[in-house]
Amino acid sequence: MSENVQRHEPYRDARQQHEADMMGMYVFLSTEVMLFGGIFLAIFVLRLQHPEAFVEASKRMHVFIGAFNTAVLLTSSLAVAIAVHGARQGAARLSTALFGGAAGLGVVFLGLKALEYRKEYEDGLLPVVSDPGRFSSPIEHLFMNLYLVATALHATHLAIGILLLAGLAWRIGRGNLKLPERAIVVVICGLYWHFVDVVWVFLYPVLYLAR
Amino acid sequence: MTNALDAPDPHNAGISETRAERESYLRAGHTLRSWLLTTDHKRIAILYLISVTLFFFIGGAAAALIRADLVTPGGDLLTNEGYNRAFTIHGVIMVWFFLIPSIPTTFGNFLLPLMIGARDVAFPRLNLLSWYIFVIGGLITVYALIAGGVDTGWTFYTPLSSFFANGHVVLVAVAVFIAGFSSILTGLNFIVTVHKLRAPGMTWRHLPLFVWSHYATSLILVLATPVLAITLALIAAERLFGLGIFDPALGGDPLLFQHLFWFYSHPAVYIMVLPAMGVVSELVAASARKPVFGYAFVAGSSIAIAIIGFLVWGHHMFVAGQSMYASTVFSFLSLVVAVPSAIKVYNWTATLHKGRIALDPPFFFAASFIGLFVIGGLTGLALAMLAIDVHVHDTYFVVAHFHYIMVGGTVSAYFGALHYWWPKMIGRKYPLVWGRLSAAAIFFGFNLTFFPQFILGYLGMPRRYHVYDPPFQVLHVLSSAGASILAVAYLMPAFYLFYSLRYGDPAGRNPWGVTGLEWTVPSPPPKHNFMETPIVTELPYDYHVEREGEQ
Ligand code: HEM
Ligand SMILES: [Cu+2]
Repeated sequence: MSENVQRHEPYRDARQQHEADMMGMYVFLSTEVMLFGGIFLAIFVLRLQHPEAFVEASKRMHVFIGAFNTAVLLTSSLAVAIAVHGARQGAARLSTALFGGAAGLGVVFLGLKALEYRKEYEDGLLPVVSDPGRFSSPIEHLFMNLYLVATALHATHLAIGILLLAGLAWRIGRGNLKLPERAIVVVICGLYWHFVDVVWVFLYPVLYLAR
Repeated sequence: MTNALDAPDPHNAGISETRAERESYLRAGHTLRSWLLTTDHKRIAILYLISVTLFFFIGGAAAALIRADLVTPGGDLLTNEGYNRAFTIHGVIMVWFFLIPSIPTTFGNFLLPLMIGARDVAFPRLNLLSWYIFVIGGLITVYALIAGGVDTGWTFYTPLSSFFANGHVVLVAVAVFIAGFSSILTGLNFIVTVHKLRAPGMTWRHLPLFVWSHYATSLILVLATPVLAITLALIAAERLFGLGIFDPALGGDPLLFQHLFWFYSHPAVYIMVLPAMGVVSELVAASARKPVFGYAFVAGSSIAIAIIGFLVWGHHMFVAGQSMYASTVFSFLSLVVAVPSAIKVYNWTATLHKGRIALDPPFFFAASFIGLFVIGGLTGLALAMLAIDVHVHDTYFVVAHFHYIMVGGTVSAYFGALHYWWPKMIGRKYPLVWGRLSAAAIFFGFNLTFFPQFILGYLGMPRRYHVYDPPFQVLHVLSSAGASILAVAYLMPAFYLFYSLRYGDPAGRNPWGVTGLEWTVPSPPPKHNFMETPIVTELPYDYHVEREGEQ
C-alpha cells in the first residue's frame, strides 16, 4: 500500500484502512451467503419431500443454455481475477479492457438467461405469465417457481455486478481511479463478482442437474 | 460518592455554556443539513435516539389500545379485525423498530468508538446510510398502519399471511425487509470497528463488556437478518403470485416458513437482550465501583449466547407438528442456552456483593433488569420443557415470559443506559431523585402489568384473543391498571431529561467517578472524540486504586 492513499476519518494509517475495507467486504459477503442460504434450504427441503417429481421437473430445464452460461461466468471471473491482479500492479489499460470484457460477458449471461425464460414461456413453463394448467404436476409448478425466484435473485445480483464492473472500467479508463493506489476498490468489486459467480456454480447443478 | 452527579462542579458553576459544550459534537454545525448529512457516530446516535423514541411511543399507543380493549371481557372497543391489527402493529413496531435497533444504534453507536479509543466507526457513511434505511422502513410501516394495517401478528405465519389475511402484508413485509438492511449495516460496522479500530493497548482482554456484548450482537445481526430478509421476500412472492413454497396445494410446506422465521427470530431475541446485558455489566460495575466478577466468563458468555442461540429455534414449534426427536433436541439445547445467561446473572450479583453501592438511577435500572430478567429467563426454561409447553403454548404465560425479558429487561436497561450516559451525551446533569422515582415507578408498573399475565396464561387464557371468559376479568383489569402506571412512568424521564438540557448543571468529564475511556473525554465529547489517540494500559473496571484512597 502506498502512502498517498486518501485516508478517511477514523483511520490512523492506510494499512489499517485497507484491512478494515477487506474485512467489511467479507462480512458483507457472509450476509449474502445467508441470504442465498435461505433459498438453497427451501430447494433442498422440497427436493427431499418430493424426490421423483423434482427430478422429473428438472429434466425439462435447458441444460445446455445453463452449461454455456456457466462457462460464460467462469470466463468472466478469470478476466476479473487477471484485471484485479493487473490493477494491483498499476496496469490500468489491461484492467480497463478486462473489466469491460467481464461486464460484457455478464451481459451475455443475462441475454442468454432472457432467451431461456422465453423458451420456457413458449413451453408453458414460466410461472406468473404461463397458464398454471399447463404444468404436468403441482410439483413441477413449484419447481419452476423456485427456479424463477432463485435465478431472478441471482440475475439481480449479476446486474449490480455488471454496473460495478462497467463503472470500474470507465473510471480506470478515464484516470479517475488512480492505480495502484486505489486498488482496494477494484479488489472489493472483484470479490463481489466472484461471489455472484460462485452462487451460480451452486445454482446450476441444484436446478439443472438434479438426477 | 452517592451523589456525585448532584455535587456542584466548581469549575463550571454559573456558566451558561461550558467550553466543552462549545467545542462539542453538538455544536459542530447548527443547520438541519449538518445533522441530516452527518457522518459523526455521535450525531447518528442522536438521530437514532429520536427516531426509536418516536417508534416506542407509536408502539406504546397500540399497546394502550390493546390493554384498554381487554379491560372488559367483550370486544367493546375494537372489532375483532381491529384488535388483530392493533397487536400486530404493536409487535412489528416494538420488535423491529424499537427493541432490535434501540440499544445498539443509540448507545452502541455513541459509545463503541469512544470505549475502544477510536475516532469513529469503521464506515461512517454506511452508518448514516443505515439510519436512512431504517427511517424509510419505519415510514412504510407507519404508512401501512394508516392505510389499514395488518392482522397476521408479528410472526407472519403462513397460510394466514399468504392467502387469508386481507391487510397490507406485503407492504409491512417490505418495510421490515428494508429495516433489516439497516440492522445488517450496523452489525457489519460494529464487527469491523471492534476488530480494526481499537486503540493501541486495547486488547480483547481490555474491552469493556459493553463492547463484547455488542460484538456478539453484531454477529447475530449479520448472520440471522439475511435469512429474515429472504423469508419475507418469499412470503411476499407467495402472496403476490402464489410461489407455493409454503403452500401444501403445490407440495410446499407451511412448517418450512416457521423454521425459517424462527431461525431468525430466536437469535433475534438475543439481538434484543445481549446489548442490554452489556449495559447492565457497565452499570453494575459503576454502581459497585468494583471490577466485574469473572470478566472472562461474562465476555465469553455473550459469544456463547450468540452461537447457541442459533440452535434452539425449534422450541417455538413444539406443538406445530415437528418431529418428536427434533423437539427433544431443541428442548435440551434451550436449557443449555440458559447457562451463559445464568453465568451473567451470578457474576453481576457477585460483583455487587460487598460493593459500596451508589444508589443512583443507573443502579435502580440495573437491579430492575436483573430481577425481571431472572423471572423471564426461568419461565423460559419452564417453556422449554416439552410437557409444560404443550399446556401453556400460545397462552398469556408466553406473553408474560417474553415481556419480562424484552420490556422488563431490555427496556429497563435502555432507560438505565439513558440515565447513565445522558450526562456524557448531552453534558448536563439531571435531578437524580426523579431518576430514582421513575425507575421505581417503571418497576412497579411493569410487574403489575405482566405478573397477572403469568397467572392468566396458567389458567388457560389464550393469547391474541380479546373476547374472554368473565372470570379472567379481574386479572386483566389489574394488568391494564399496571399498564397505565407504566405509561406514565415511561413518560417521566422525557420531562426531567428535557429540563436538564437547559437547566441542568454541567456534568464535567466524569460525573459518576467511574472508569472507562468514554469518561476521559469532555462531556459532551468533541467532534473527533480524542485529541490524540489514547494508549490503553489499564484493564477495564480498574477500581482498586480509588477504593483504597477512599477507605
Ligand atoms: C433463557 C433462555 C430462554 C428460553 C429457554 C426461552 C424459551 C422460550 C420458549 C420455549 C418459547 C416458546 C413458548 C411457546 O410459544 O409455547 C419462548 C417464546 C418466546 N420467547 Fe423465550 N426463551 C428464552 C429467552 C428469551 C429471551 C432472552 C427473549 C427476548 C429478548 C425471549 C423472547 C421470546 C418471545 C418473543 C417468545 C414468543 C414468540 C411468539 O410466539 O410470539 N425469550 N421462549
Ligand atoms: Cu426462542
